[in-house]
Amino acid sequence: MGSVIELEGVSKSFGSLQALDDLSLQLDEGEALGVVGPNGAGKTTMLSLIAGSLHPDRGRILFCGRDVTRVSPHGHCRLGIARTFQIPRPFGGMTVFENVLVGASFGPAGSDGEAEEIAVGVLADVGLLRKANTLAGSLPLLERKRLELARALAARPRVLLLDEIAGGLTEPEVLELVATIRKVRAASVSLVWIEHIVHALLAVVDRLVALDFGRKIVEGDPQAVMASPEVRSVYLGAGA
Amino acid sequence: MEWVNAVVQGILLGGLYALFATGLSLVFGVMRLVNLAHGDLSILAAFLLVAIVDATGLDPWIGLALVVPALFVIGYVLQYGLLNRTLAGGELAPLLVTFGLSIILQNVLLEVFTADSRGLDAGSIETSSIRISDQISIGWFPLVTFIVSIVLLSVLQLALSRTRTGRALRATADDPRTAQLQGIDNRRIYALAMGIALATVALAGVFLGMRTTFGPAIGPARLIFAFEAVIIGGLGSLWGTLVGGIVLGVAQTVGAQISPGWGVLTGHLVFLAVLATRPTGLFSRQVRQ
Repeated sequence: MGSVIELEGVSKSFGSLQALDDLSLQLDEGEALGVVGPNGAGKTTMLSLIAGSLHPDRGRILFCGRDVTRVSPHGHCRLGIARTFQIPRPFGGMTVFENVLVGASFGPAGSDGEAEEIAVGVLADVGLLRKANTLAGSLPLLERKRLELARALAARPRVLLLDEIAGGLTEPEVLELVATIRKVRAASVSLVWIEHIVHALLAVVDRLVALDFGRKIVEGDPQAVMASPEVRSVYLGAGA
Repeated sequence: MEWVNAVVQGILLGGLYALFATGLSLVFGVMRLVNLAHGDLSILAAFLLVAIVDATGLDPWIGLALVVPALFVIGYVLQYGLLNRTLAGGELAPLLVTFGLSIILQNVLLEVFTADSRGLDAGSIETSSIRISDQISIGWFPLVTFIVSIVLLSVLQLALSRTRTGRALRATADDPRTAQLQGIDNRRIYALAMGIALATVALAGVFLGMRTTFGPAIGPARLIFAFEAVIIGGLGSLWGTLVGGIVLGVAQTVGAQISPGWGVLTGHLVFLAVLATRPTGLFSRQVRQ
């Protein structure tokens, strides 16, 4: 079977707010799935459920066919699911290298030496190697986003979850980041990417899902999804 | 010259206070937990050594090698089994639980060892000293205490910055939720931090017991000195903790030089002065809110 992540009828509410409502979704091995939807559609909640930092009220989450609904966040990381945050959260008091090393040494890596090798490799991939000894707290936004990506990659994930990683960047920076993410994809990582910057998303993903009010409204070919009347009405208002 | 002597003795006393404060600072730094039973746990370590020495006739210095690992295990289990559960309940829950633990410890020690003051015999090192001049002589025992505290802080500092586990501790201190997503099991990291903290406070308790007599009820006063050392030095800085201990120690011995009853008071006054002028301490690093 080809799917790495499967959500089966997953619901999550916070008090009276229904963030996700009976959502089913699957991600195939090596696939890049884009997620769009207005603010509050439940996109980040979905990512947190897959990453294990939240647990669903109903439904199941499968990783490579195995039920991981109740596995802890660090357990998810060790399974090979890594995420980046919308607002980068580096360990500010540690250097860039140490930040990445933490991810590498507690992921699937074996020895300390191997972890260091992974960390150097990942920093080179995202273009942060020359900043390796800088304190992470002092990095500017683009570099924080790159670090966020590097740290997630250091755990050698099979599934990478990106939460609006292009948000807040200038146009040239977005293009640079897209190039980096395409490179990551070449290393056969499956990807779930939430993004408001649609052209960045379309440059990478194979399939697109649109969410609204915690439900899936359209799914399929990226261009077709963006052109669909459902997505147009959500983004541009009814009757558009 | 007797003033110089007071300062020298104060610096050495600071080493003992640093031993008390290091664990408190580590635990607060890693998991934002204020352990109100910290002082009582140091006294538990001292009584544990008394019991070992009474039962086996072992030399206290050798017994120390049993008590330090024992307190490490107690800390690990205490954190993993009990205190980890309180961390989810906001800041008040761990305070109340450790406060309760402090009362339980005092009463259990009172029940088992009675209210009599006890002491630990460190041997001839207790009374021998190096004579520097007519007025100044440095006792071997305070000197050893001071050196132990410096070695301990150096080892901890090195372990925190160079080892995989040290980085995990720092990452967890920085942002526990993100650290979890990097594959770090923070329940184990917290347990480890408490284990290390209690191992260090076991040293403190035993050195205190060799230096002076102690009873089941003196834990809370030790806790206050430890707090003062941590706050004077600045949260999150290990070497700051040593400086905090030294400032407190010197304030107390110089105060006692002015008038014998003034020692503890002067220490508190200096602490309050630091709190008023530099509330984040002398060597503080930025503390996460």
